[in-house]
Amino acid sequence: MDFLGIPLPVFMGQLLIGLINGAFYAVLSLGLALIFGLLNIVNFAHGALYMVGAFVAFLLLDYVGIGYWPALILSPLIVGAFGMVIERFLLRPIADLDHLYGLLLTFGLALLLEGIFRQVYGVSGETYAIPASLQGGFNLGFMFLPTYRAWVIVAAVIVCGATWFLIEQTRLGATMRAAVENADLVRAFGVNVPLLVTLTYGLGVGLAAFAGVLAAPIYSVNPLMGSNIIIVVFAIVVIGGLGSIKGAIASGFMLGLFEGLTRVFYPEASNIIIFVVMAVVLIVRPAGLFGKAA
Amino acid sequence: MSETSVKRSGELSDAGNAEAQSRTPLIADLRLWALIGLVFLLVIPHFVYPVMVAKVLCFALFAAAFNLLLGFAGLLSFGHAAFFGFSAYVTGYCLQSLGLTAELGILVGTATAALLGLVMGLLAIRRQGIYFAMITLALSQMVYFACIQLEFTGGEDGMQGIPRRPLFGLIDMSSNMSVYYLVLAVFCIGVFIVYRAVHSPFGQVLKSIRENEPRAISLGYDADRYKLLAFVLSAALAGLAGSTKVMVFQLASLTDVQWQMSGEVVLMAVLGGIGTMLGPIVGASIIVILQNELAQIGSISTIVQGGVFVFCVLLFRRGIVGEIGYRWKSWRGRS
Amino acid sequence: MKLMKTILMAGAATALATAANAQDGGGISNDAVKIGMILDMSGAYSALDGQGSVAAVEMAIEEMGGEVNGAPVELVSADHQNKADIGSNIAREWADQENVDLILGGANSGVGIALQEITSEKGVAYINNGAASNSLTNESCAPETGLHWTYDTDALSNGTAVAMVKEGNESWYFITADYTFGHNLQKTAENAVKENGGEVVGSVAAPFPTQDFSSFLLQAQGSGAQVIGLANAGTDTQNSVKQAQEFGIVQGGQKLASLLLFLTDVDALGLDAAQGLTLTTGFYWDQDEQAREWSAKFEEKTGSKPTMVQAGMYSSALQYLKAVEAAGTDDSKQVIAQLKTMPIEDAFARNGKVRADGLMEHDMFLAQVKTPDESEGKWDYYNIIRTIPGDQAFQSIEDGSCEAAKEMASGGEQSN
Repeated sequence: MDFLGIPLPVFMGQLLIGLINGAFYAVLSLGLALIFGLLNIVNFAHGALYMVGAFVAFLLLDYVGIGYWPALILSPLIVGAFGMVIERFLLRPIADLDHLYGLLLTFGLALLLEGIFRQVYGVSGETYAIPASLQGGFNLGFMFLPTYRAWVIVAAVIVCGATWFLIEQTRLGATMRAAVENADLVRAFGVNVPLLVTLTYGLGVGLAAFAGVLAAPIYSVNPLMGSNIIIVVFAIVVIGGLGSIKGAIASGFMLGLFEGLTRVFYPEASNIIIFVVMAVVLIVRPAGLFGKAA
Repeated sequence: MSETSVKRSGELSDAGNAEAQSRTPLIADLRLWALIGLVFLLVIPHFVYPVMVAKVLCFALFAAAFNLLLGFAGLLSFGHAAFFGFSAYVTGYCLQSLGLTAELGILVGTATAALLGLVMGLLAIRRQGIYFAMITLALSQMVYFACIQLEFTGGEDGMQGIPRRPLFGLIDMSSNMSVYYLVLAVFCIGVFIVYRAVHSPFGQVLKSIRENEPRAISLGYDADRYKLLAFVLSAALAGLAGSTKVMVFQLASLTDVQWQMSGEVVLMAVLGGIGTMLGPIVGASIIVILQNELAQIGSISTIVQGGVFVFCVLLFRRGIVGEIGYRWKSWRGRS
Repeated sequence: MKLMKTILMAGAATALATAANAQDGGGISNDAVKIGMILDMSGAYSALDGQGSVAAVEMAIEEMGGEVNGAPVELVSADHQNKADIGSNIAREWADQENVDLILGGANSGVGIALQEITSEKGVAYINNGAASNSLTNESCAPETGLHWTYDTDALSNGTAVAMVKEGNESWYFITADYTFGHNLQKTAENAVKENGGEVVGSVAAPFPTQDFSSFLLQAQGSGAQVIGLANAGTDTQNSVKQAQEFGIVQGGQKLASLLLFLTDVDALGLDAAQGLTLTTGFYWDQDEQAREWSAKFEEKTGSKPTMVQAGMYSSALQYLKAVEAAGTDDSKQVIAQLKTMPIEDAFARNGKVRADGLMEHDMFLAQVKTPDESEGKWDYYNIIRTIPGDQAFQSIEDGSCEAAKEMASGGEQSN
C-alpha cells in the first residue's frame, strides 16, 4: 500500500519520528512563550540553557553518579535556579527599558555559556547512555520504535499538559495571567509581582533544561547543541504567535510533523522548511496561527 | 510641501531627542573629525599591516550599515550576515567565474544584497520589535542553508583564490596597498551615504517613526515604506562591505553568512554606540582587533564577546562614542 | 595628489622589502627556520587536531635537536577558529612580516584550501594535515609549495568501500551530508563499490548539520541494503552512529561504514555504539612497534593517544626539517623539491613518498572498531584488518585534475 508513492509503513514511521522531534520543539517553544508572556523578552539564551540542562545531567552522572531519572528532575531544578539568579540580577535591572535590550542581553548570555562550555569540554561532544529501563524497543509492524523515543513523546506530553494546567487551571496560573494583562493592578491586590516574574523565568528555563535532559541520550551532549535548535524554535514561535500556551505546544508538534514529512519527500529542504512555513504564515497571517492580531 | 514635511519631522524628532542622546556635539565638528580620520586612514597602512586595517574598514562599514537600521529606524535586524555573506559569494563568482572587473563585481554583489534586502524586508516589516529580530534571524538562517547547498558557493569549502581583478580593467589591484586604498574609498563612500541618509528628510522621518510610529503614521507618513527603504539601503551597504571584503581576502566563506556574524555586527554597534555616526566604526575596530589578538587562544574569543555584550547592555548602553558624547555634553552644559 | 604620493611611497616601501628578501638567496633565511601552525584550537576539530598537533610538532623539533644546520627552529601557532578569513589573515601576516618558512595547516578544508592559495602566492612552504578535501592536490593543487600529508577523502572512502565489497557486502545505501564534502565522499565510495561489482540501491542527502538522523536511518533501513555508508563527519557521524544503534540497525543485520572517522570520534561515541564500524585510517597508535613507542611518548606529553592528524603533523614537520637539512636552505621550492626525492618513513608513515602533485602517498589501514569485550581499555579501539598500499588507496595523478603535476610528469614546462 502506497501513500503518494511512499510505502505506507515508511510514511507512518516518518510521521511518528516527526512527532518525536515536535515534542522537543513543543517543550522549548512553550518555555519561550511563558517567558515572553510575563517578561516580554525573547529569551535568546534558551538554546544555551537547553544545552546546559543536558550537560548538568551528564555531569551529575559523571561526577556524582546520579542517574537519568533523578537528573530529569534535578537538572531542571538546578538550571531553573540558575535562571532565577539571571532574572534577578541581570534581567530585572533592564526590565523597564526597550525589550530589545533583553534580547541583546540574553544573546550575550548565550555566547558566554556556549563559550565557557566549549572552553572546558571541547566541541566533540560527550556521550550519555540511554537508561537501562528504556533500552530496546517495540516492533510496531511498520517500524522499530525505540522505547526511549516513545518515552520522549510521553514525557513531553505530560510536561506540556502539566504546564498548561498550571497556567490555565490553578490560582497561581490565574495570577500569572492577570499579571501579564495588568501588572499594576495585580500588585495592588498584594501580589509580589517581581517574585512571580522570577518564578516564571525559572519555570521557562527549567523547561528548556528538561528538554536538554530528554535530548542527552539520543543526541551527543555538546556545547553547540542549543545554538541551531534555538533559531528553529524562534521560527516556530513566530508561526504559532506568542499569544497562547496552547499555540506554542500545538505549533511545536505540528511543525515537527511537517519537518518529518519533508525529510521523506524532499530531504534536501528539511533544514529550511520551517523557515519557509514561517515566511508563508507571515504573508497570509502576520500575527501567527494562534496569535491575536496586533 | 516638502518644506512642511521637513518641519514636521523635525518637531517629532526633537520630541524624541529630549531623552535620547543620539545627537552628540561632536557632530558640530564632524568635518574636522572626518578630515583627521581620513588623514589617519591614509597614513596608517604604512605603519600597520594594511590587510588588517582593510578588514577593520570592511567591518566598520558593515556595522555602520547595520546601525543605520537599528540606530536611526529602531529596527533590530538579527539577519544582516545574510547580506554581508551572500553578496561576498556573488562578487566572488563574478570575479572568479565571469571575469568581471573589480568595480563591476562589487556592484553586482551590492545589488544582489539590495534585492535580498527587499525580499527579506517585505516579510520582516510585517512585524515589529522582537518579532522583527526573530524573523530576520530565521530568514538569514534560510540564506545560510541555501549557501551550504548551492553549487556555486563551494559549500563548506567556500570560494578561494578569487582573483583581485583590476579596477575598471585598468588599475592593478594585486598589491595589498592598492586594495587597501580601494577599500578606503569604498568605505568613505559608504559612510557618506549613511551620513547623508541620516541627515536628510528621509532620516528625520525614520527617527520619528522610531520614536512614535502611530503618530508618524497619523501625520501621513507611510511608515512601512520608509522602513522598507531603510532596510534595503542598509542591506545594500552591508552587501557593499561584504563584496569589498572579497577583494581583500580573495575568499568567501560560510562564516560570513552564519548567524553568529549577525550577532557580531550587533555587538559592534552596541559597543561603539547605537545611533551615533562614529560608534559602529569604533566598535568594529575594537572587535576585529580583539578577535585578531585572541586568535592564538581560541574559544576565549566567544566568552569575551559574550561578556562584553552583557556588560554593555547592563552598564554601558550608550556605547563608547555615545558615552563620550554624553559626558562631553553634560560637562559643557555645566561650565 | 596627496593620495598619489602615498601610493608611490607605499610602492617604494614594498619594493625595498622585496629586495631585502631576495638578497638572502640560499642558506637559512633570517638565521632561523620558523614553523607556523594554523589550526582549529577551539572548534569542532580541536580534539583531533589542536594542542595535540602542536605537541606533536614540538616532538619533531626536539628530535632534530632544536636546530637545523646550526639555525634554531622556532614554532608559532594560531587558532583559525574555522574561519577562512581569520586563517588566511594570519598566514598573510606571517608570510609578509614574520618570515615564517613553513605553514602547517590543520583540519577544516575551507581554511586548508585558502591557506594553500596564499602560501603559493607568497612562496611559503605549506603542508596540510587534517583537511579532508582532495581538492588540495587536484583543482587547488600548488605542487611547488603545497603538500597534503595525512589522508584525503579518496583514500578514506575508497579503502573502506573496496574492502567491504570484497567481503561480500555488495548492496549499499548512502546517508550523505548535503554539501560538497559529503557528495565527494559518496561519489568516490560509489565508484569503488560499482567497480568491484557491488551496487548502490539508494542514497539520501541529509542537510548539514543534522541532529536527528532517525528519519534518514529509517529510509536506509527500509532500503534493505547490506551496508549503510555514512558520508559525513564529526558530530553528524557521531549522531548517525549513535542513533543507528538506537534503532537496532546493526542488530538487524545491516552494516555501518563510516567514510571519515577519527579515534577521538570513537572515544566520544564509546565502544557500545561504535563497535563493528569499518573505517580506513592513515595511522593507528597500535599499528606497529615504532608507532607504539612514539605514541607512548606522545601520551606522556599530552595525556591521550595521537590521532592520525596529530601523528601526521609530527611526521610532516620532521621530514620538512630533514629536507631543509639536506637541501641546505629553507627556500620553499627547493625544500619541497627535496622532499619529493626522499623516502618518507617514520613513526607515522609507511612506504611514504611525496608525489609530483603534492600528495604524500603512504600506506593506509583498514580497521574495525573493537567490541567492548575485545578492548583492553581507553584508546584500545581498533582491530587493524589489513594494510592498503598507498598506490591503491589514493587516486593516481593521471586520474586527478592537477594539471601542473601532469605537465611536470610529462616533462613539460609548468604553465603557472
